Amino acid sequence: MSTMTKPPEAPGPSTPARMMRARQFSRLWLLLSIGAIVMVSLVRVITDANGLTSTGTIRAAMIATCPILMAGIGGLWSERAGVVNIGLEGQMILGTWGAGYFTYFYGPWIGILGAALLGAVGGLLHALATVTFGVDHIVSGVAINIIGLGASKFLAEAYFKDLEGGGIKQLTGLDTPTRITVPGLSDAATSIAGHHWFVVSDVASFVAALTTSVSAYTVLAAILVVASAWILWRTSFGLRLRSCGENPAATESLGVNVYLYKYAAVTTSGALAGLGGGYLALVSSSGFTTGQTNGRGYIGLAAMIFGNWRPGGTTAGALLFGYTDSLQLRDSSSVHALLLVVAIGLLAVAVLRLVQKKTVAAGALALIGAAFLLWYLTTDEVPREFAGMTPYVATLLVLALAAQRLRMPAADGMRYRRGQSI
Amino acid sequence: MTLLRRIGTALLAPVGAIVVAMIITSVVISASGSSAGDFWSIIFSQPSSRAIVNIINQTSLIYISALAAAIGFRMNLFNIGVEGQYTLASYVAATLAGAAVFSGILNIVIPLIVAVLVGAAWAGIAGLLKVTRGVSEVISTIMLNAIAVTLVGYLLNKYGVHEGNGVRSKVIDAGSQLKGWYFFDRPDGPVWTLSVLAIFLGVGFWVLLNKTRFGFDLRATGMSQSAAIASGVNVKKMVIVSMLLSGGIAGLIWMPSFYGSGHSYGTAFQAGLGFTGIAVALLGRNQPVGIVFGAALFAFLNEQSNRLTLETDISVNVVQITQGTIVLAVVVAYEVVRRLTAQREQRNVAQKLDAQGPRETEEVTA
Repeated sequence: MSTMTKPPEAPGPSTPARMMRARQFSRLWLLLSIGAIVMVSLVRVITDANGLTSTGTIRAAMIATCPILMAGIGGLWSERAGVVNIGLEGQMILGTWGAGYFTYFYGPWIGILGAALLGAVGGLLHALATVTFGVDHIVSGVAINIIGLGASKFLAEAYFKDLEGGGIKQLTGLDTPTRITVPGLSDAATSIAGHHWFVVSDVASFVAALTTSVSAYTVLAAILVVASAWILWRTSFGLRLRSCGENPAATESLGVNVYLYKYAAVTTSGALAGLGGGYLALVSSSGFTTGQTNGRGYIGLAAMIFGNWRPGGTTAGALLFGYTDSLQLRDSSSVHALLLVVAIGLLAVAVLRLVQKKTVAAGALALIGAAFLLWYLTTDEVPREFAGMTPYVATLLVLALAAQRLRMPAADGMRYRRGQSI
Repeated sequence: MTLLRRIGTALLAPVGAIVVAMIITSVVISASGSSAGDFWSIIFSQPSSRAIVNIINQTSLIYISALAAAIGFRMNLFNIGVEGQYTLASYVAATLAGAAVFSGILNIVIPLIVAVLVGAAWAGIAGLLKVTRGVSEVISTIMLNAIAVTLVGYLLNKYGVHEGNGVRSKVIDAGSQLKGWYFFDRPDGPVWTLSVLAIFLGVGFWVLLNKTRFGFDLRATGMSQSAAIASGVNVKKMVIVSMLLSGGIAGLIWMPSFYGSGHSYGTAFQAGLGFTGIAVALLGRNQPVGIVFGAALFAFLNEQSNRLTLETDISVNVVQITQGTIVLAVVVAYEVVRRLTAQREQRNVAQKLDAQGPRETEEVTA
């Protein structure tokens, strides 16, 4: 088992083949992304729903994505080490309070640390219950969600009541982290985006959103995601951590302190969820409000499962949820146009399946696609609530259609006691 | 083990957990600069007649909710979706009752049946996804919760009666309203008629689990799925049936309140009972008798804490911390007690073996 101590990218006989496969894989994703952009752009031109890819929409989507993404990556840390973390929601709520309190007294950067700290406390509690005491992971998570919600309300009433801009349920008017604008590029992209040209303007909208007044917190979120992926998959620490989630007994036999690794993973998980909560308080809105997470911890967990317990997939899931989440807050004509996007997407996949001679799947997809098309043609707008439901329905559908292909860590959610096989 | 010792061991965990939760709550209150003594003197003061009525009513709602969660937990099925199931069921039943398609007693019985069916159907989706597609019921029920709450919000907004800032379903006829029993003066309010549902369901739950073949199979599946399969239990069928039962019971959670005092779905609807039920089921070890105490404790804490706002500067929400800590502490305590019991049994066995004389082979203890 030399692989336990060597970094995984060490040259081996399979490396060239693997690199080739990876290159093919990324080329497939590139093609898919380009296809998606062209399709969305086409729909935008046809329906005249410019809100579909406007800079404003993309910026809103980015802001909606970040908290979900951080919670999802937090879930990834914990579940890769074999601990199911339903308590993400509670840890996130604690993070919103931490960000509010520490930003008020010490400024936004300490506020971000405060959000991570409070979230980590929630994570540590989960680790204590699940790792040391062997409590069922779901039970502990449910309890942490109750405690987190209660604690945030209690602490808000106890500490924010008499502050300037504070009340028993909120603390507003907080300083926000620095905003970054890339000079030159930002103006150019914004002006191109304003022309509503086919494809060009859509890409320009992306560039404009990524270069104009981007919060430093967003950049931090992106760095944390990349760093998490690198640590978990490219370092020996990450390999050991992941093997705790696959086969803890075997890992222990190689001299790894499984308890310690699980503690580290779950605490980090809580800290990341807390950072997601802090983002909600400092960037998404102008301060702390009780209940502002509104189930985003659960959506983060769903994004992670959607992404097959992998960082790239989790990011894709979070982007999907963030985009639909932001669209419902903007104009309803864009949501309506989105129906057409979904219809074309489904029909395209149906054709693909037909080429692959999977007629049953093709027929089912075509039928659903046709239903969406009919829905688009026969209505003028989609109720706001339906857009709000999208992430949940999408998760259910993905799970139902792809559950056989998803693979969670082998020992995920199981109790581990040193020296006992079960 | 003597009977006394067994009772002592059984009580050790919950009592220990409550003591720990009390200590943590006291620390939290003191840390925020308020007096923990004030808090406990209010919580443990004599409840007023009105408070007693409320505690009984709330206990019945929480009890039904906890039963719904417990039936799944007994076979290791985590129905986190009680919240969504009873929200949707309550809305549909209240709307049907408000439409006055039936009258009198029929307008009570039929909506109740519909509530059970809607709750069961919503839970059934999760059960179906689990057995056919292998989707974890934890995730699917969380998603279904969110869908149900959004869906009800949409339907209520679209078809409900708008009144000032609020919106509600149509109020049911006076002929279908159930007042209940007045144990005290009239202003203290009645104990809702349908609270008796809690008793019926509790007894039914006990009989089903302990006196029927189905209950035996269910408990067997919960304790060891592989053993259950080996003895011929159809686990897939068990998953579907227990999900349906769990959702069906969940459908009834809010009904005592609806017919007793709310009379329409709107601001009167009490959200969050589903999550409280999960906590209480865990507290009562998924036993129908244990849950009674858990439900009463939670209802008692909720009702007594209402006085905090008027009489002290302590936030009512501290009770949520207490409740969450009790749940976490109680599961930890059960685990600790289980380990201690196992250790003691091992020691007893070892002592008895030693008394029998020298062992023939050297055994290695785990």
